[in-house]
Amino acid sequence: MSAAFLGMPAFPRNAARAVGDSQLRFNLRKATRTIRGRRAAVVGELPDWEELRAAGKEIKDHTLRHLDRYLLQMEEAVTRAGGRVHWAADADEANRIVAGLVEATGETGVVKVKSMATQEIGLNEALAARGITAYETDLAELIVQLGDDLPSHILVPAIHRNRSEIREIFREKMGEWGRAAPEDLTDEPRALAEAARLHLRERFLSTKVAVSGANFMIAETGTLVVLESEGNGRMCLTLPDTLISVVGIEKLLPTWQDLEVFLQVLPRSSTGERMNPYTSTWTGASEGQEFHLVLLDNGRTTVLADEVGRQALRCIRCSACLNVCPVYERAGGHAYGSVYPGPIGAILTPQLRGAGPAPSSPPGGGAPAPAIPAPSGRPASATAVPGGRPASAIPAPSGRMPASATAVPGGRMPASATAELDASLPYASSLCGACYEVCPVAIDIPEVLVHLRAKAPHPRAERLAMRAAGWVLDRPVRLARAQRLSGRLRRFVPRRLPGPAAAWTDTRDIPDIPAESFRDWWNRTDGGTR
Amino acid sequence: MSSRDLILSRVRTAVAGAPDAPRTRPRAVPAATGGQTAERTVELFAERVADYRAVVHVAAPGEAAGVITAALARRAAERVVVPEGLPKEWAHAVRAHLGGGAVGDDPPLSAADLDAVCGVVTGCAVGIAETGTIVLDTGPGQGRRALTLVPDYHLCLVRAGQIVPGVPEAVAALDPVRPLTWISGPSATSDIELNRVEGVHGPRTLEVVVVR
Repeated sequence: MSAAFLGMPAFPRNAARAVGDSQLRFNLRKATRTIRGRRAAVVGELPDWEELRAAGKEIKDHTLRHLDRYLLQMEEAVTRAGGRVHWAADADEANRIVAGLVEATGETGVVKVKSMATQEIGLNEALAARGITAYETDLAELIVQLGDDLPSHILVPAIHRNRSEIREIFREKMGEWGRAAPEDLTDEPRALAEAARLHLRERFLSTKVAVSGANFMIAETGTLVVLESEGNGRMCLTLPDTLISVVGIEKLLPTWQDLEVFLQVLPRSSTGERMNPYTSTWTGASEGQEFHLVLLDNGRTTVLADEVGRQALRCIRCSACLNVCPVYERAGGHAYGSVYPGPIGAILTPQLRGAGPAPSSPPGGGAPAPAIPAPSGRPASATAVPGGRPASAIPAPSGRMPASATAVPGGRMPASATAELDASLPYASSLCGACYEVCPVAIDIPEVLVHLRAKAPHPRAERLAMRAAGWVLDRPVRLARAQRLSGRLRRFVPRRLPGPAAAWTDTRDIPDIPAESFRDWWNRTDGGTR
Repeated sequence: MSSRDLILSRVRTAVAGAPDAPRTRPRAVPAATGGQTAERTVELFAERVADYRAVVHVAAPGEAAGVITAALARRAAERVVVPEGLPKEWAHAVRAHLGGGAVGDDPPLSAADLDAVCGVVTGCAVGIAETGTIVLDTGPGQGRRALTLVPDYHLCLVRAGQIVPGVPEAVAALDPVRPLTWISGPSATSDIELNRVEGVHGPRTLEVVVVR
């Protein structure tokens, strides 16, 4: 990520701006429809899809319930296989560990495999602050990095860009980071992919340190698993002398054989393929490589403490929920103000950043609550790209989030800076439930959204109204009296409510109030017989 | 408290009192699409590999050498890596065609060397019919991972007996201690408007010979 989500306004304002951008809406509609059709076709091929989905949920729930045990097993297995395991309680610590490991090699540049965890902790910015340049190698991440842009999709961070925008970014920016794009570059996807191949080739062959995430970790064997398409992942995982993988603690699976479920559901849910082009698995230090695993908490244990919200930790980052979401399709990923956009982001972001329920502190430990960072931008002055990077020559299209540079070193920020945004995220949904339908690990996103809405602060007037409603509905006799009263007063009810309640009636009609309640009618007429 | 202890203690506090979450599904549940005849499984594998726009041939054992030679000739390949342990008749076919152009990896070729060769000819560990996937485990005839990554052309030989019906059978057959590479078609990307385009950083051409 090359820019900041910091200080972004709440979802409604972001969304209103985004839906005014017709190019963005066109790009998103085209892309999400394409992928929805592909997913449906390959999911339909598997007669046991629902069983696989249930198995995915069950394995993840089991792992999370015994996460301490599996983390220790993982640590032991990786160590036995010649790798080194580091534990990072928060983003700052993870960034410090990675920067320290890179510095120990004497290198000043690393190649990166696309990784949500390192985006979440703002690793690129933290490395830049220590004079280390992180080169993104995934095509979409490259587009985002070169364009000084923000990611807007979990799987395809540059989904908001169409081919001609990508060509412009490549032509203007590639030269600043390395090999320039060919003069006669067209906007054919094949030509754009070829330009990325040429741009990164030399870097792959010469860079000594790589940073990755992982899709899965196997506790039993200490194996890490990375799924990808382009081969940039294989380049990073295979060629450098040192490999550093930053992985969220929820990525564990108990046994090797458990992959049978996830390797069936993830590619089909994600890119709509029977299988992604490349999957790499490795255990400890492979083929003479030095290997470090950084286990990342960064708010995950806070999420784990919430009985309803913890199911979000089952997420395998397939992004199927984004692709079916009517809100995402119209508002785009930037409106969510987080590296995790869409329905899963609406439940994950507020919980990871701590807007959810407060964690109960460990007994007797006196451990501080986790410092929950928000993804933050790269400090513009601290980039270590040769030749420096001039200000973006590509204007952010209107309606798209400006690439602001209000970065906080270390990826940490005061919770207040995102509090308003995070509180608005659980409302970034019509609760239609399409996300739950497609989720390969059956995360009931609407359930968590409603749960988080209940936890979020509500205006005084709303709280008073809800308390009054609760009092009335609590006893049948009170309800009956209230119904009779409102029946008598019904001609005084305005078409539109006054004051702050007008926001509600702006888009809705007040339901007609009947002269008599059903119960009263039933009693008076003895069920309509009199 | 170390971060390790802190994280573990937070985990324990978070799940304390949570109901048990038992596993009920057995492991190694066979692929639902399996249960086909061996011949149909091979056919399905070839179809599914071809779906990724890889080039696929199905050959009788006696024909394999001819198919390899023809493939290298079509490609006009001059220098090709032949890893240690490739079955003799296959390695012989490559050497007979290329002579000194068939190079080994001992001592290991540098990344730049690999970038300069025309391609690589390997075997594999497992083939998966349901998904059209080839799995390499750096075993005999496959070489280290970089050999099938840096060169732009990968000719992969799969014996019919190595093909399993689905993903569960493949996971069961593989050894996670070995570094594994699962390959489904040539390198590709869906990052531009979510359309699949073949040919990014890995080999842009994947040619598969299934030997019955």
